[in-house]
Amino acid sequence: MPTENLRVLTSASYAGPGDAGRTGSWRVLRPVIDYTKCAPAKTGKPACFFCWLYCPDSVVSKTLQPQINLEYCKGCGICAEECPPKAITMVEESKFSGADDR
Amino acid sequence: MEEKKTTVLNLTDEEFVYPGNRACTGCGLNILYRIGLKAIGRDAILVVPPSCLTVMQGLYPITSTQLSVLNVTFASTAAAASGVKAALRAQKNDHTQVVAWAGDGGTADIGIQALSGAIERGEDFLYICYDNEGYMNTGVQRSGTTPQGALTANTSINGKRERSKDVPAIVAAHSPAYVATCSAAYPMDFHDKIKKALSLKGLKYIHAHTPCPPGWAMEERMAVAIGRLAVSTGIYVLYEIEGGEMRLSEPSAKLLGKKKLPPVSEYLEAQGRFKALGKEAVEKLQQEVDAKWAAYRRQHDVALAARGPQS
Amino acid sequence: MFVFESGNVAAATGVRLARVQVIAAYPITPQTPLTEKLSEYVDSGSFDAEYVAVESEHSALAVCIGASSTSARTFTATSANGLLYMAEQLHWTAGARLPMVMCVVNRAVGAPFNIWNDHQDSISQRDTGWIQIYAKDHQEILDTVIKAYRLSEEVCIPVMVCYDGYYLSHTYMPYDVPDQVAVDAFLPPYEYRHTLGPNNPTSLNTVTLPGGRPDIHGEFAPGYMELRHNLHMEMKQAIDIYTRIDGEFAEIIGRGGNPIAEKHLCDDAEYVAVALGSMANQIKDVVVRLRDDGLKVGLLALSLYRPFPSEFLAAELADRKGVIVFEKALSFGHSGTVCADLQAALYPCASRPPVWNYILGLGGRSYQSADFYDAIRDCVERGSAKFDNPGWIGLGR
Repeated sequence: MPTENLRVLTSASYAGPGDAGRTGSWRVLRPVIDYTKCAPAKTGKPACFFCWLYCPDSVVSKTLQPQINLEYCKGCGICAEECPPKAITMVEESKFSGADDR
Repeated sequence: MEEKKTTVLNLTDEEFVYPGNRACTGCGLNILYRIGLKAIGRDAILVVPPSCLTVMQGLYPITSTQLSVLNVTFASTAAAASGVKAALRAQKNDHTQVVAWAGDGGTADIGIQALSGAIERGEDFLYICYDNEGYMNTGVQRSGTTPQGALTANTSINGKRERSKDVPAIVAAHSPAYVATCSAAYPMDFHDKIKKALSLKGLKYIHAHTPCPPGWAMEERMAVAIGRLAVSTGIYVLYEIEGGEMRLSEPSAKLLGKKKLPPVSEYLEAQGRFKALGKEAVEKLQQEVDAKWAAYRRQHDVALAARGPQS
Repeated sequence: MFVFESGNVAAATGVRLARVQVIAAYPITPQTPLTEKLSEYVDSGSFDAEYVAVESEHSALAVCIGASSTSARTFTATSANGLLYMAEQLHWTAGARLPMVMCVVNRAVGAPFNIWNDHQDSISQRDTGWIQIYAKDHQEILDTVIKAYRLSEEVCIPVMVCYDGYYLSHTYMPYDVPDQVAVDAFLPPYEYRHTLGPNNPTSLNTVTLPGGRPDIHGEFAPGYMELRHNLHMEMKQAIDIYTRIDGEFAEIIGRGGNPIAEKHLCDDAEYVAVALGSMANQIKDVVVRLRDDGLKVGLLALSLYRPFPSEFLAAELADRKGVIVFEKALSFGHSGTVCADLQAALYPCASRPPVWNYILGLGGRSYQSADFYDAIRDCVERGSAKFDNPGWIGLGR
């Protein structure tokens, strides 16, 4: 083991969210879910969850009403593209006031 | 014998990669990595050479991956993984999985010697190559797996002149324990192939087609759809090789029943990187794909006949 | 127990006594008998280690990097172009602060192809952040391998144990093999402080910015430059730490006392010859002969080359009438590298002796005791009179 007075600096890193900052700020388009179309939300039973599955950034929850973590969502739109009933629309960020998001 | 299939519903919602990482918007690797780690679990050590994945991991002292990762030099992935495994053997640890995870440059080009050596030695670890068909991390230069005709930063006028290396075939020629091809558009298939690979002893190799929006010049939202087109048009084939036998995986196997596949131009035209491809080149590619599938169908028919009428 | 064996076997014996857990090697002359012996130990079951027969030196060091990061004591060995093929891995090992020992069986570097001995291979890698120790006989090879593991694991810096191809690797000498019990008492098991695995998941060697940034707890973590500064400062401390370790080795094993350099007839010497490796043994006899001729000459056989023991050398050499450095490597377009380092170490001293430099033995070019005799005599008799520096011994022979 290292001698006591040595610090032995190395680039050993530990896991944590947001290494790249709040990547929600990268977003140009925001995914908005219409729960009247969303399969699990509509039926109240676990189903589909393609938005959760294909999200590259693990910002969609696997819940009956899938929630999107806008703090980190980069706005790629894969969830909207892959949603079978087309329940997700990508809306321009400028349409939002900014109070509830970043 | 058949493993229980993972579905979206029974796939764990435990996450092993933190959000807010440095992957580009719509990154195919990020999908593979996220789903792949669900299959690998926490009792594992990853070995990663310089690649997009290095950047995605994060900058010291924060990383997005919740598993142990050893970052190594570009050419040394498979050798460093061998070292990690040797240390675990020396410590009588037979449970911790070693998974090397490299890009196509790190696998097909600079890392192929170490990979070849590791397979020949019969090392016991899983090697995953995420193939986004170019040096994307350094700004989209051609790699050994860049397809013919694709525009890259250093084949920017006429596209890459040469054909791509068939890395899974090169690996298969070494007769490792397991070879499989996957795609980021089929995460369940990827998940279950990792599970299967990790249940086997010896070297396991998984080659995963990885859509890259900036590198392939396509809309970010289309990353999965275009990955799926590569499979449905028959350009990219999903298969497994075990005990020397090649078997098409479900997404590709179901194409056997189709008389005609969608034209490859659907896949090509969805990406800006193929815009230098002329009509003739596209037709030639279509013929190659048709010939490949004709051969698959013949093999399939022969196999069916050999199995007899009861099946 | 005394044995009569080759230098390569002495190194292999040291590796086995150090209870190395993972060995990775690729064959290159004149290293091969060392790694063949290790594979024989492992294959026969007399040595419980993993032997990974890799496809290149680059991979050999990669295996060691992977294994050392996973808390296994590791060893590799190479020579010449094999060492140079490892070059990026050398920097990587030191930058990752991985304990490790590598034997460099010194051999000339191509082109042109040459399998014989000189020091250009390891000397050219002196700035990689590895500790370099040069052994001059078989006993030193064996003892240094064992001590090097203690040192490497205490300072978290890899160590090259260098010894001359053929002159030492393939010749036979008697040497003492210490008991395993004694070596175990001297060398505790190895554990890497960031060991990989599920218990404390860590990412090692991640991309590091030029400057610092906060960690997940908001505490400031240093940048790349601090990591380099730290390696430098702690490598300098390795001089004192190695001296202490050598003392502990002497207490337990009963041998040692010259960890930095061995002095021979130096106390009253007006002129001192400096050399690395097996040459130094040959010069010992030359110095005795020069003494017989009435010349007050001594020898300083340097063992520790990196970290460079500048203060030690300045204290030993500043007040002499002259220093003569014999070298089997050079920095092309400048001078012998040891000589340049030594001149820099002496520069701050109030009185500085002239430092003469001789290059010899490149690519195995033969040299004899008479060459050292003539060279030292020439310096002593001509004093500070100008002559080519470095001088070349044996050119045109």
